[in-house]
Amino acid sequence: MTENNGFGKQHDSSTGLRLKTGLAEMLKGGVIMDVMNVAQARIAEEAGAVAVMALERVPAMIRAEGGVARMASPRLIKEIMAACTIPVMAKARIGHFAEAQVLQSLGVDFIDESEVLTPADEQHHIDKHAFTTPFVCGAKNLGEALRRISEGAALIRTKGEPGTGDVVHAVTHMRTIVREIKALTALREDELYAAAKNLQAPYELVRMVAEAGKLPVPNFSAGGIATPADASLMMQLGAETIFVGSGIFMKEGGTPLDIEKNDEERKEAISRARAIVLATLHYDDPKIVAEASEAVIGSMKGLAAAAIEEKNLMQTRGW
Amino acid sequence: MTPPSPAIGVLALQGAFEVHARRFAELGADACLVRKPGQLAALDALVIPGGESTTFLKHLDRAGFYGVLNQFVHSKPVFGTCAGCILLAREVTNPPQPSLGALDVSVERNAYGRQNDSTILTAETSLPGGPLEMVFIRAPRINRASGKIEVLAKRGDSPVLVRQGHILASTFHPELSQDPRVHQLFLNIVRSSMP
Repeated sequence: MTENNGFGKQHDSSTGLRLKTGLAEMLKGGVIMDVMNVAQARIAEEAGAVAVMALERVPAMIRAEGGVARMASPRLIKEIMAACTIPVMAKARIGHFAEAQVLQSLGVDFIDESEVLTPADEQHHIDKHAFTTPFVCGAKNLGEALRRISEGAALIRTKGEPGTGDVVHAVTHMRTIVREIKALTALREDELYAAAKNLQAPYELVRMVAEAGKLPVPNFSAGGIATPADASLMMQLGAETIFVGSGIFMKEGGTPLDIEKNDEERKEAISRARAIVLATLHYDDPKIVAEASEAVIGSMKGLAAAAIEEKNLMQTRGW
Repeated sequence: MTPPSPAIGVLALQGAFEVHARRFAELGADACLVRKPGQLAALDALVIPGGESTTFLKHLDRAGFYGVLNQFVHSKPVFGTCAGCILLAREVTNPPQPSLGALDVSVERNAYGRQNDSTILTAETSLPGGPLEMVFIRAPRINRASGKIEVLAKRGDSPVLVRQGHILASTFHPELSQDPRVHQLFLNIVRSSMP
């Protein structure tokens, strides 16, 4: 079986998936940071981020400003790709395979089919097998994770509730995924068919997870992680890498720190970025997490996820 | 009589440390994960895995790690893959960055392009046992190698698996293939270095 992505390059599908999950392996134990311009990308790289996510508005701004959130401008993505040596990711709307084709043609290293953007399709996600560029997708539970993997995702992350600085939903989603994996490993082989039906996931993937006791692709965490201790918490709960969206470059509501003109605010962003990288590496050493937390100047103000109306949640996007 | 089992560490600052450790376990050698400089003293050998070399350097800046690691790689068996090879090199380009200088090569980062240019190749090497699968991910390229370097495999004209005494390095990822020969070669280097 071969895949043709429309750009003349073909991979055997198992080769393609190994290259995709191979890059995800290289990102393990690190922090992936949302950046909105070249100056932020440089701070992220300098702080030790393993990759950056190039986007026009971080989730906290999308939440504050409303409107339709779309793929970032190719001009911005190219500027950020030219400015750093670490991998660059970018987001496409759920189901918007044309945005994904554009991102692939730009040469981004990973595409995030993301609930942070306004969904473009209310039934179908992107057929990710049709691309050479690897995809990361969000999930709230094991069934959702396996549906995304069956569509070709090479990396799963918790959805959490983006742009809040409230880690509670990332915790819920990670605990749910880990618990549902454990439950599968305890089932008899003839019970896996019903389990697949209940999870609304393909039987073959359910069987793989039951045998291996883990997802067939790496499992990262995103959605509301804002402090070094948040990063440590998610790593201890089973995350293999941390995505930080609005937690580094935002102050209150929809206002970013002014890192170009205001020296104090620039220092604040650097301190947050460095601290979260350090705490992610030494997540199991509270002394170092304390040291990292102490070095942080200021923090994102945040928005309690419980105060958000159901219809304004981002995590319920995706099917 | 079985020889004493070597203490192998995998530098776990970030990256593909887990798959390396698993591969050594499959070959009957336990490998521990190394996150702090104090752990190096007890080791006979170290693996520096793939990942982001800029992130590695950031972490090594802290707590005197760089100095301790520098001493280690100049005296004990070390196996560097991809970012690990970059860290061990004498010179790094695209862009220039600090490196340990234990391996007499010049390495260019991301020399073949971005992730869409990542590829899996299979070719004959100096290792016995037929062609070797080589997984290249945003791979670096060895542009110059001194006379001290033994080239064990090539991609085009560029060396991709090299040895300099107690140091083994590859620009590809043997830990992402099922073929155990490169890890076995390193185990042989480690065992022959032990008294």
